[in-house]
Amino acid sequence: MIVDMPATSTQQLNRKLVELREQSGVLAQGRILTFVVVTDDSTNTEDAIESAIEASRQHPCRVIVLVRGAKKAAARLDAQIRVGGDAGASEVIVLRGYGPLASAEACAGMTIPMLLPDAPVVVWWPGQAPPVPAEDPVGRLANRRITDAAVEKNPVRALEQRAASYAPGDTDLAWTRLTLWRALLASALDQPPYDEITSAVVDGEPDSPSTDLLAGWLRSRLTVPVKRTKVGAVGGMHSVRLNRASGPIELIRPDGKVGTLTQPGQPQRLVTLGRRPVRDCLAEELRRLDQDETYEQALLALHDITRGRAPAGARR
Amino acid sequence: MRYPLRDPRDKRLPRIAGPSGLVIFGVTGDLARKKLMPAVYDLANRGLLPPGFALTGFARRDWAHEDFGKVVYDAVREHARTPFRQAVWDRLAEGIRFVQGTFDDDDAFDRLSDTVRELDEVRGTGGNHAFYLSIPPGAFPVVCKQLVRSGLAGQDNPDQWRRVVIEKPFGHDLRSARELNAIVNDVFPEESVFRIDHYLGKETVQNILALRFANQLFEPIWNANYVDHVQITMAEDIGLGGRAGYYDGIGAARDVIQNHLLQLLAFTAMEEPVSFSPQELRSEKIKVLSATKLVHPLSETTARGQYAAGWQGGERVVGLKDEYGYNPTATTETYAAITVDVDTRRWAGVPFYLRTGKRLGRRVTEIAVVFKRAPHLPFDATMTEELGQNALVIRVQPDEGVTMRFGSKVPGSTMEVRDVNMDFGYGLAFTEDSPEAYERLILDVLLGEPSLFPVNAEVERSWQILDPVLERWVEQGAPQAYPAGSWGPAEADAIMARTGRVWRRP
Repeated sequence: MIVDMPATSTQQLNRKLVELREQSGVLAQGRILTFVVVTDDSTNTEDAIESAIEASRQHPCRVIVLVRGAKKAAARLDAQIRVGGDAGASEVIVLRGYGPLASAEACAGMTIPMLLPDAPVVVWWPGQAPPVPAEDPVGRLANRRITDAAVEKNPVRALEQRAASYAPGDTDLAWTRLTLWRALLASALDQPPYDEITSAVVDGEPDSPSTDLLAGWLRSRLTVPVKRTKVGAVGGMHSVRLNRASGPIELIRPDGKVGTLTQPGQPQRLVTLGRRPVRDCLAEELRRLDQDETYEQALLALHDITRGRAPAGARR
Repeated sequence: MRYPLRDPRDKRLPRIAGPSGLVIFGVTGDLARKKLMPAVYDLANRGLLPPGFALTGFARRDWAHEDFGKVVYDAVREHARTPFRQAVWDRLAEGIRFVQGTFDDDDAFDRLSDTVRELDEVRGTGGNHAFYLSIPPGAFPVVCKQLVRSGLAGQDNPDQWRRVVIEKPFGHDLRSARELNAIVNDVFPEESVFRIDHYLGKETVQNILALRFANQLFEPIWNANYVDHVQITMAEDIGLGGRAGYYDGIGAARDVIQNHLLQLLAFTAMEEPVSFSPQELRSEKIKVLSATKLVHPLSETTARGQYAAGWQGGERVVGLKDEYGYNPTATTETYAAITVDVDTRRWAGVPFYLRTGKRLGRRVTEIAVVFKRAPHLPFDATMTEELGQNALVIRVQPDEGVTMRFGSKVPGSTMEVRDVNMDFGYGLAFTEDSPEAYERLILDVLLGEPSLFPVNAEVERSWQILDPVLERWVEQGAPQAYPAGSWGPAEADAIMARTGRVWRRP
């Protein structure tokens, strides 16, 4: 069910929510978090809502979508409530503010009365993120702030900005996309021989923030020289090589879909390693509500990696 | 430094099983098709299986690898929990093998041994193999012997592992359980034996520990000062159908109480473990099971029944005696209820009622902790006429969650108090798709994580508790009949009525 409420106020909206709850039963009862999505008319709002709803199937929540409308307009708030079949496992409240109501401060003001009592708040900027997410008026309301460096105009600079502005609770989807890569590498090192890693090479598209982050992570965990190269030109991450005395471990994904894991003395293994859709990444983010120290350390190690041209697949 | 990329604070990083393979005996069975194969695919889909994972089937059918692959494919398409993805399937399918043979066929096991060795080379399973015995326990000795003879069970290389997974029934009384354990332990050391009790893989069962030990709200009243009694119920609405012949001589108590219900009791009644390490958890479970005793006289504290024809949910169903393949003179029970005490200071005087049955009102498993009445009610009798005892109900399945039942004032000018429910639904608060029990358990086998598997001592102790009841029932002749679709025989109500209590309608 979709209820449109043009030119309304948050008081009316809250009253409508209670009314809907009495009519149709459950709604916000039992929801364990509020998920705020901040967009403006430049990003595809429907796609973002779709991903949020999909992710919320695993974590039923209240989704508040803040759409910042035209700034040069009369003050006005349009709202929409979606429940039941139109909202998956959650309830969706779309707030579209115009004129003074399109400012970040006004957005935060509209969000506060809509937050679930006591429940954690997660905010996601599907497009351009504020320069310092933790100090953004909406960002300040949240326990966890999700950005996405890959969709920004200059992903590499966006990542540097993340490192400069990091605060506990920050996270970025460029980091989430790496989880399977990181898990495979960590599991490969769970097995003997337990040789010291001497150096690492990470290769990927020039403007792939995930590649940079993986290099940063390896650098922060292994404290060995890590080189970031830019040979594989398609599909973000391309390859990782961990060098050690007994022979390197290599994980190469040439086509953006299937990876090959090579270890000395063992057969090559193929592994499904497609780029994760946004909804899967969001579902993973909603699972963790504590701060992510590993991400912080990967960010901090970004300036310790060396950048070069040699392909990761070639021998030194 | 070992594991340089691991960090306990890095909670995103899943534990992927190391290089390994799974060999399933009895792949043509229902369990393999409906649970095991789909669970393997779901694990692969979640990225938790190692690259190069191998799945080998062993059965009598005359199949080629591809035929077996097709069987797995169909099982996955029909029963998997997660969406089908061709890329994941393709990787999994590369590692599927089939070996045709019977359990007494030396050649077949030699071929299996060759297959496994070939997988080590081609797929890189690294000599790590789990053998899942989805077969009747009668076949355990011969299979174990074959595994030794063909060298499959050998564990000489410390970097490699061989594990065996067995399903209930773990024997049919204490003596047979000991014999079975001896046979298995002769080949596999106890730490390599994984006994599957799929209930322990369920999120709600693991949540009992979180509910009790992570909260301050419940534990202070989780004792004889406040708890009146505990009811643990596992009811099924299905009958035996074609399994009637197999069920003959087993019965509800052996099939369910010995394993599932006593394990649920252990989780409900145990003391707080020092830590969640497998050893600590087990020692607390063994401790509480050691303190668990039957309440006597058994003639008044136990009940059994056999379903007769009746109406179940709009369907006319036949009684056990008319099920196909059933021996009409057999005295096997389809309903069993027992009363036990847990002789610890915490639980002194609190009876635990355990019941299970087939063809009952609906399918439900739950643990109900029923509290004492408030010691003093400042209301007169008419005000609290409709107030029952407070209860905390852990719904294990279906509709997983927790219900609290307490009194509340009925709106109006008079003071009337009536029971109300407060509900926590797992599906509402968290995830619609939490992993299937078998996914968790198979992954734990491959990781060598034994927390959720009962050990020898627990199995034997459970038989020790139950054996006197079984012996008594043998002498008693035929069990009482109860109509299908009801909540059990009158005898069962009598064991509660004896102390002025009643069964909860789940």
